[in-house]
Amino acid sequence: MTTLLLLGSLLTGGVVLALLARNDRPAFRIATPIVFGLLVLWLWQIVCTGYEVPLVLLPPPATIAAAVVNHLPTLAADFRQTFLRAVIPGWAIGSSAGLLAAIALDASPFLRRGVLPLGSLVSAMPIVGIAPIMVMWFGFDWQSKAAVVVVMTFFPMLINAAAGLGQTGAMEGDLMSTYAAGYGQTLLKLRLPFALPFVFNALKLNATLALIGAIVAEFFGTPIVGMGFRISTQAARLNLDVVWAEIVMAALAGSISFALLALLERVVTFWHPSYH
Amino acid sequence: MSVWPNARAVPPEAPIPVFVDAPIRESVIQARGLGLTFATDGHRTVALTDVDLSIRKGEFVSLIGPSGCGKTTLLRLIADLQQASTGTLLVNGTTPAEARRQRAYGYVFQAPALYPWRSLERNVMLPLEVMGLPLAERKRRAARVLDLVGLADFRKRFPWQLSGGMQQRASIARALSFEPNLLLMDEPFGALDEITRDGLTLHLHQLWRRTGLTAVFVTHSVLEAVFLSTRIVVMSSRPGRVVAVIDSDLPAERDLDVRETSRFLAVAHAVRAALREGHGDA
Amino acid sequence: MRDRLSRALPLLCVLAILIAVWFAGSVAMNWDQAQDLADEDATWSDIAQATLALDRPLLPTPDQVASEMIRSMFGYPPTSPRSLVFHAGVTAWAAIVGFGIALLAGMALAIGIVHVRTLDRALMPWLIASQAVPVLAIAPMVVVVLGNVGLTGVLPKALIAGWLSFFPVTTGLVKGLRSSDPMQRDLMRTYSATEAQVFVKLRWPAAMSFLFPSMKVAAPLALVGAIVAELPTGAQAGLGARLLTGSYYGQTPQIWAALFMAAFLAMLAVALVDLTQALAAYARGGRL
Repeated sequence: MTTLLLLGSLLTGGVVLALLARNDRPAFRIATPIVFGLLVLWLWQIVCTGYEVPLVLLPPPATIAAAVVNHLPTLAADFRQTFLRAVIPGWAIGSSAGLLAAIALDASPFLRRGVLPLGSLVSAMPIVGIAPIMVMWFGFDWQSKAAVVVVMTFFPMLINAAAGLGQTGAMEGDLMSTYAAGYGQTLLKLRLPFALPFVFNALKLNATLALIGAIVAEFFGTPIVGMGFRISTQAARLNLDVVWAEIVMAALAGSISFALLALLERVVTFWHPSYH
Repeated sequence: MSVWPNARAVPPEAPIPVFVDAPIRESVIQARGLGLTFATDGHRTVALTDVDLSIRKGEFVSLIGPSGCGKTTLLRLIADLQQASTGTLLVNGTTPAEARRQRAYGYVFQAPALYPWRSLERNVMLPLEVMGLPLAERKRRAARVLDLVGLADFRKRFPWQLSGGMQQRASIARALSFEPNLLLMDEPFGALDEITRDGLTLHLHQLWRRTGLTAVFVTHSVLEAVFLSTRIVVMSSRPGRVVAVIDSDLPAERDLDVRETSRFLAVAHAVRAALREGHGDA
Repeated sequence: MRDRLSRALPLLCVLAILIAVWFAGSVAMNWDQAQDLADEDATWSDIAQATLALDRPLLPTPDQVASEMIRSMFGYPPTSPRSLVFHAGVTAWAAIVGFGIALLAGMALAIGIVHVRTLDRALMPWLIASQAVPVLAIAPMVVVVLGNVGLTGVLPKALIAGWLSFFPVTTGLVKGLRSSDPMQRDLMRTYSATEAQVFVKLRWPAAMSFLFPSMKVAAPLALVGAIVAELPTGAQAGLGARLLTGSYYGQTPQIWAALFMAAFLAMLAVALVDLTQALAAYARGGRL
């Protein structure tokens, strides 16, 4: 019975998606991935309930939704601990520090040649690994997680902002020379605005890195609250519905942050050619 | 051989007018033995050599020549964007560096180089901000100069909302916003199509007549040079140098049709002859 | 030669400054502990010297880390669980397998997305959206669930490593496969070339210049995934496990040594991708 339903859904879903994909209008372009997502959820639900997949293996979407509702207080506490206390401050401090460092480097080409290669090297490394060291220095609570996030977000911002500051056109620079504008004026009025698209690129990247960093840092040890803590401990106890609920919350937090940043980017860098 | 049916034949051996030295106190720009040589990767490139030039107040001087003749270099030396290796150069009676500090000139590049995040009005106000003028004064001057170039209605628009010709007009407005007495232009119409160029060339001429500025104008186009200028400096390359300076005595009131008169053609012919001569020497 | 020196000089300067700052940091951060352990009549310089040689320092000195690394790398045979090389190998193996899975799956999916419109419209937006989602958060769950089904060892770690590196590979390859000049695709049409021919002769070669930068991003990600996958169940082997045990027992030099080894592996991974790219470029006449 379930197999019939499964095959039937697959077939119908496939046909519907193929039909939707043919149309180029914007409404259809948004509808197709949404329908696909719903199809996946539907298939997931009937496979889990129909084949009686054990909950310790894979809970169906309905169970996860119920878990979200039932565990709302816990989810909220975890969100506060991880997102509000570690992710946001860490992201803000790390990104600001990276930007300031890029501006400082801008003044010294010698330092820039030395620091930037190191910076791109470090950003390829598994920086989450410094979590145990941060715990030693700052304790088990959110401060050590925020410290991890600061380090993780510093380098992508440094590299991107430095690249942005470096790509001002020669003509625009000459123009400022003809006004006898000073270094500070040129930086503020010309080079920083030109660098903004790069800065936003890094801010969006850092948003993702910050969330991952805070959660993974909690895998290394944390007081009794936090998204990473909840995920690792509940997974060990096979309470997978809570784990999935936390993952859903993390996914939502990540997506909404990203969308907000993209919106802000659109407002601030409205002039960028990619928008026209 | 004459191309225009109505023109009188011009003898091909017509003497090319010779540049006459001007008294120093009347000169806005005075160059003597000016030269620039730079070394790259072991080679020495002579960008400019032995340039003697005097530009008087109110003149419109074009610098014309093939690529590599040093015309842009000469302009940049005047603007203190580059420094000469030999010779002397006086701008407004003082060194180019000091003239730049005094904001003596407005510079127009080949591309508009407007800031895309600023409206036209705010773009034009940019040099005034750098100079620290108060907001009311900035707005007043911006409005005046945008009106001068005919863009008053577009002052709240952004550069990417406008055509290339309008952007370049805005760039000229910006160069005039702080009322310098000298306008330096480096092939400002080079990137535009011919129809737009014609319109802007006429526009620039009328602007020059209204403001009484001294202008130095780098161009590739003989037609532009002859139409706009009181004097045309013909340069040639390898090494970059001045080949000839030709006076243009077209009537002050002119429109684009003057390009078909015999006087215009005579001057254009002289310029072309000088260009060929410079090319032949190389 | 002079050019190379002038490029290396700033880097060496900065490195020298960093090491100096590190030493100063060690003295500063280990000060309290050294002071507690010192005798009554110890002088400032005695305490300062002691900060550089503590057993469980808050911040080990560079030479302490270096000697710990040498000790754990060469002091034991590579198969011994006390050898850092052993742990590095465990993590590296999981990362390599995961990266391989990501490459295969990524290539298959990218080819599908570029050629099958339904896949493109339905799946691609999700791939792009997933960049905003913290995928590493699923690591504990995957490890535990697979462990329950009886799949332990390399596979769960490789799956997580592969899952992380899958996204940059796929998005990069899709972009690359679509990057071919429309004029060249039109030319193929005039030859009545089949889709497969267009793919092999035009799209795939054009995609190479996008594939390698994506691999440069994906390879370190696979390493991070392998390390993180070792954390949740308190695994016994691998660099992640080493970091964990080091932090449980307060063995700071061990933590730092494991961290530097992980950093070294990441550098090695990027260097290998660079090497592969150089070889591919060489085979194509010097430029990709």
